[in-house]
Amino acid sequence: MFRRLGLAFAMALAPLSAQATGEITDFTLDNGLQVVVVEDHRSPSVTHMIWYRAGAADELPGQGGVAHLLEHLMFNGTDELAPGEFSETVEANGGSDNAFTSWDYTAYHQTVAADRLGLMMQMEADRMRDLVLVPEEVVTEISVVLEERAQRTDGSPGALFNEQMSAAFYRNHPYMRPIIGWRHEIMGLNIDMLQDWYDLHYHPNNAILVVSGDVTPEEVRALAEEHYGPIPANPDIASEEARVRPSEPPQNALRRVTYEDPRVANPYMSMLFPVDDAMVSDVRSAATMELLRAVLSDSDFTSVFARELQIENEVSLFAAAYYNATSLDHRPFTLLNMPVPGRSLEQAEADIMGVIGDFLNDGIDQAAFDRIQFQWQASQIYAQDDAAGQARSLGTALTTGFTVEDWESWLDITATITPDEVMEMARTLFAQEPAVIGHITRPAPADEEVSQ
Amino acid sequence: MNITRFVIPLLAASMLGAPVTLHAQSQPATEEIAPVDAIIDIQHVVSPGGIEAWLVQDNTIPFMAIEMWFDGGGSLDRPGARGATNLMMALLEEGTADMDAQAFATAQEGFAASFGFDTYRDEVAISARVLTQNRDDALALLRDAMVAPSFAPSALERVRQQVISGIEFDLTDPDTISGLTFNALAYGDHPYATSLDGTVESVAALTRDDIIAAHRSALVRDRVSVGVAGDITPEELGPLLDDLLGDLPDSDLPLPEQATFQAPGGIDVVDMAVPQSSVLFGNQGISRDDPDFFPYFVMNQILGAGGYRSRLNQEVREERGLTYGISTWTALSDYIAMHQGAFSSSNDLVAQAVEVVLTEWEDLSANGVTAQELEAAQRYMTGAYPLRFSGNGSIAGTLAAMQADDMPIDYINTRNARVMEVTLEDIQRVAERVINPETLQFVVVGQPEGLEPSN
Repeated sequence: MFRRLGLAFAMALAPLSAQATGEITDFTLDNGLQVVVVEDHRSPSVTHMIWYRAGAADELPGQGGVAHLLEHLMFNGTDELAPGEFSETVEANGGSDNAFTSWDYTAYHQTVAADRLGLMMQMEADRMRDLVLVPEEVVTEISVVLEERAQRTDGSPGALFNEQMSAAFYRNHPYMRPIIGWRHEIMGLNIDMLQDWYDLHYHPNNAILVVSGDVTPEEVRALAEEHYGPIPANPDIASEEARVRPSEPPQNALRRVTYEDPRVANPYMSMLFPVDDAMVSDVRSAATMELLRAVLSDSDFTSVFARELQIENEVSLFAAAYYNATSLDHRPFTLLNMPVPGRSLEQAEADIMGVIGDFLNDGIDQAAFDRIQFQWQASQIYAQDDAAGQARSLGTALTTGFTVEDWESWLDITATITPDEVMEMARTLFAQEPAVIGHITRPAPADEEVSQ
Repeated sequence: MNITRFVIPLLAASMLGAPVTLHAQSQPATEEIAPVDAIIDIQHVVSPGGIEAWLVQDNTIPFMAIEMWFDGGGSLDRPGARGATNLMMALLEEGTADMDAQAFATAQEGFAASFGFDTYRDEVAISARVLTQNRDDALALLRDAMVAPSFAPSALERVRQQVISGIEFDLTDPDTISGLTFNALAYGDHPYATSLDGTVESVAALTRDDIIAAHRSALVRDRVSVGVAGDITPEELGPLLDDLLGDLPDSDLPLPEQATFQAPGGIDVVDMAVPQSSVLFGNQGISRDDPDFFPYFVMNQILGAGGYRSRLNQEVREERGLTYGISTWTALSDYIAMHQGAFSSSNDLVAQAVEVVLTEWEDLSANGVTAQELEAAQRYMTGAYPLRFSGNGSIAGTLAAMQADDMPIDYINTRNARVMEVTLEDIQRVAERVINPETLQFVVVGQPEGLEPSN
């Protein structure tokens, strides 16, 4: 039999062996292309990603969705590649490819056998400057994107609610718009807008190359010099610091959002609390806010919300806190509470704020805090099992205002954060009123007829 | 189908800025599970107590992943207790004889271990990821959850409510409704005809005794397949298997009978007030032990198995913009082999999309595929196969799945050769056998314009 539990277990990580995997190297080409390599030599594959520091929040007003539509059209041919040939070539080499767009970045990636990395770079470098947009293809792709919007957003009450919550939260910042765009603006996009967007943003000094897998930094450097090196930098590209967007005024008016949809199964409420530079301005403060979120809601059983709302008092089906630090501009700290059937959303608001009030009085349980810290430290072991995931995490950090050094030091800094720091952050955050309180619910049933 | 314990609202993804991707997520292709790679060395381990496992040892990172698949799964639910297996699995992490749910979670979090408990129609799957430094203690905790769960009444009621709320949510989802409708049409009185989640009514009626009986029947040592990957030696693994699984009983219920496909073919429309129709379509397919399996598998790759170049993606998305994503897959369930596909199209476009699918069906049935298509599919399939292998967790799952499907340990070395052997004539034969527009069953959930039910 196993040893029984109950022995004190030391929550310290055993020292890692010499890193055979997970080594991070970064350098910059003369044309400004930043390059990051994540080594993992366990299997003979490689993931090649190119990230542009341009996303939906960088779009011009009235052109919402152009970043994402262009991402789709980047697969439709260049001066050298016929429409579709990019993906066909990847497939013919046994690889897979895709792309994604967020508010702060647009990224393209392929996973292939390691010896095909040069081919991927050749094609990706080609479409960095030589994309050919064709009017008929734009029309068809708008139709595809409208179907995508119908599937991901219009088909989901929760997604529609989220759009409205963001639109209510931001008064000035472009995060108020959905990444995919509002339906009517997608329909109004045209080839000139796409060409302008492409010409403004798709340059090596606005991009980051992240390669993970069975490669060495020397190999990546040689291939990157060969394929991306000849592309000239665009001197008109603003530096990362100059990526200025409309900023938010102070919060001084509570907005309430009520979204009704007959497809809602279980109503819930959410509250958005503003985060600003005074709260989060560096890795330490960002990690402190993340720890606060983790203490409140990381575990289905032991975190503050699960314990107080779901298990001991049984007033919630589900309750959680959300926060994302890897964002170029601030996003809100979000509380969500789905009450048990029969309990109102007003009660749900009071329930979760009551738990926050108790938490501010009682503070953090040291043992629970130690467990979270240990799990976060262990996560760096588990993360090494997924080099492509690390590449994605790095790309996100580098397009949202952080450096490779920030990324590498994140967990070490986290390990030194104390419960007192987290509580101080909590007191500052929750001293504010929420900026938006939202309810998502079913329409009230029509009055029942009085039977004769 | 995965258990849905509760519906995690979408706020996380959307508010946090989860990106919007180019291609829709492909449907699961249940055949494609085993990576081939010359450098992967699978060891067959037999414990002192006689429990077998497949191991891929790799000490690069100090943790291991283990996955245990128990044949039977949700299809073993007893009459009148639909959903019992699913609810039972959701309760395994809710406490043991010695500790309640919070004490259990506290111990697990203290080890930084993660455990998974999933219910599928052919098996239940238990997975774990544990650090080398506390492996024995973490797996002792998992062993207690498997062998001595408490099924405490308070936890039962709480999780029951979570499962019911998940079922209620699913009933608002057109994709779920299309699946439920298709299965009810297709499988008669076989367990596949109904959801392993159960219904709101059946889950509400489950008793603690139903849960105990489901546990007794599902977690049995004579039906387990074990895959392990990561930082452990065969010598260490043997005793560990006995500790983890040795106290489980042998099976007490027979496995289900084969299912027969009973759908009439044609188009079944379910009215639902949504802007976009969800379409599921399918027909009987070919099982893995059939001599025609590999031609069928390659044919499906050309027709619609994800990928940019598939015929359906080209015709429905790239040429006409009628959908964000369409794919077909070879659904190799234990008791029937199905060939299925799915897509979503706006209500005003879906009739046209269905028409295009039927045209492709007729063309494939009549004309087979071209030499270029076959060559391209073979290049993709054989080139992609080694790349599927990545990460201890996915390798462990692959090893368990291969055994559960009775695949030989050398499958990975023969698979690509068998893909390459497929000829145009093979595909023509298989297309005539399984690609039949007359018997193809469509289920359309939404308010499709100009699409009349035809069955």
